[in-house]
Amino acid sequence: MPLLSKKESKLILDPLADNNPITIQVLGICSALAITAELKASVVMAISVLFVLAMGNVVISLMRNIIPSKIRIIVQLVVVATLVIVVDQTLKAFAYELSKTLSVFVGLIITNCIIMGRFEAFALGNGPWRSFLDGIGNALGYGVILIIVGFFRELLGSGTLFGIPVLGDPIAKTGLYAYGYENNGFMIIPPAALIVVGILIWIQRAKNPSLVEEA
Amino acid sequence: MLEHLELFFKSIFIDNMVFAVFLGMCSYLAVSKKVATAVGLGAAVIFVLAVTVPLNWLLDQYLLQPGALSWLGEEYASYDLSFLSFILFIATIATMVQLVEIVVEKFSPSLYNSLGIFLPLIAVNCAILGGSLFMQAREIPSLGLAFNYGLSSGIGWFLAILAIAAIREKIRYSAVPVPLRGLGITFIITGLMGIGFQSFGGMLTGDNEPPAATEEVVEVIETEQIKEDSEDPIETEESIEVIAGID
Repeated sequence: MPLLSKKESKLILDPLADNNPITIQVLGICSALAITAELKASVVMAISVLFVLAMGNVVISLMRNIIPSKIRIIVQLVVVATLVIVVDQTLKAFAYELSKTLSVFVGLIITNCIIMGRFEAFALGNGPWRSFLDGIGNALGYGVILIIVGFFRELLGSGTLFGIPVLGDPIAKTGLYAYGYENNGFMIIPPAALIVVGILIWIQRAKNPSLVEEA
Repeated sequence: MLEHLELFFKSIFIDNMVFAVFLGMCSYLAVSKKVATAVGLGAAVIFVLAVTVPLNWLLDQYLLQPGALSWLGEEYASYDLSFLSFILFIATIATMVQLVEIVVEKFSPSLYNSLGIFLPLIAVNCAILGGSLFMQAREIPSLGLAFNYGLSSGIGWFLAILAIAAIREKIRYSAVPVPLRGLGITFIITGLMGIGFQSFGGMLTGDNEPPAATEEVVEVIETEQIKEDSEDPIETEESIEVIAGID
């Protein structure tokens, strides 16, 4: 017997492309855009969301039958806030510099719509194991977009990846810079993230016309 | 007065919630199809931000900051509860939103009809929590300034959603490439608007600031030197006295 049934693997694979939380469901944009100027920050943010979403989905799913529906938003917020505090304190202890770069955006995972969205849409109606897989899948779909955007912004904007120069030295004019290549400063500024995501959405919908919205 | 004015314009134009730090993007994208609904949500955001930021400022000052508990007594002065800020801030926001909803429903049904349906949406709007977290991170010094910060960031968000809703109403008649329709073009327009808003960046960093800063530094150095100069003779006098006392 395989590890995951067909339905279960669909839970993980669907959000990676055709039901992507960022480009299709339009959830969790806020934090996705602000921290993608560097690849490293994108990866850490993706991992943090993976942890919070998977664990939160399991906890909410376990409690789904005892939460009164009137106060469920507050219960959900408390669960997320607790998990985010764990992430924040861990980052402060083991990666202090990085936690300074991410600043308030770690805290903003609490109000990341992707988390509340998955709690409402999935964890409240499904068992813990399926909810866990759904959390992993959606967080991966979110992380993939973050890492793609971070990759292009850091590569084109600073000529580095994870802080390591890959295109040569812009001051000593080695590598590509010897042929007159320049860094695109536009990629560093915040609005560039919106345009990169816009182009990703364009490419995805051009490849798969069934996703196109009715205007 | 001047610092209030500066913070006001800075939060609206330079540190605009949507264009500079991308807060509240989810509802910004979801509720910006029509101008009328955008105005309703924008007004609700202004209101809730103006209420929750000063409240959370009080919490931060008297409960959460390192040493904030010293008003309870000396033995509490070393407590640092700042790790609790996320959970307390979000609890304050969720409660305030509920409270506002109940009060508005009771006393002004017409306002409730136009604003009330958006209030539950707002509890999970990143702009609201973001306002409080930025207030904490930037160490806003007084309650008045905290209120000002909440109000003006709300107005900045309002302007942004109003602008994009107006553009989206018009763009329906344009020939946008099919795969870009809807979400894609909204992202790109927001990006272009963000670049436009970046040009406000020079507004408050006029010519006066750098010289003023250096003057201050020079003054500080001068006063320090004067202090040092004046301290030396006193010390010697004291030491002379001490020596005299021993004698």
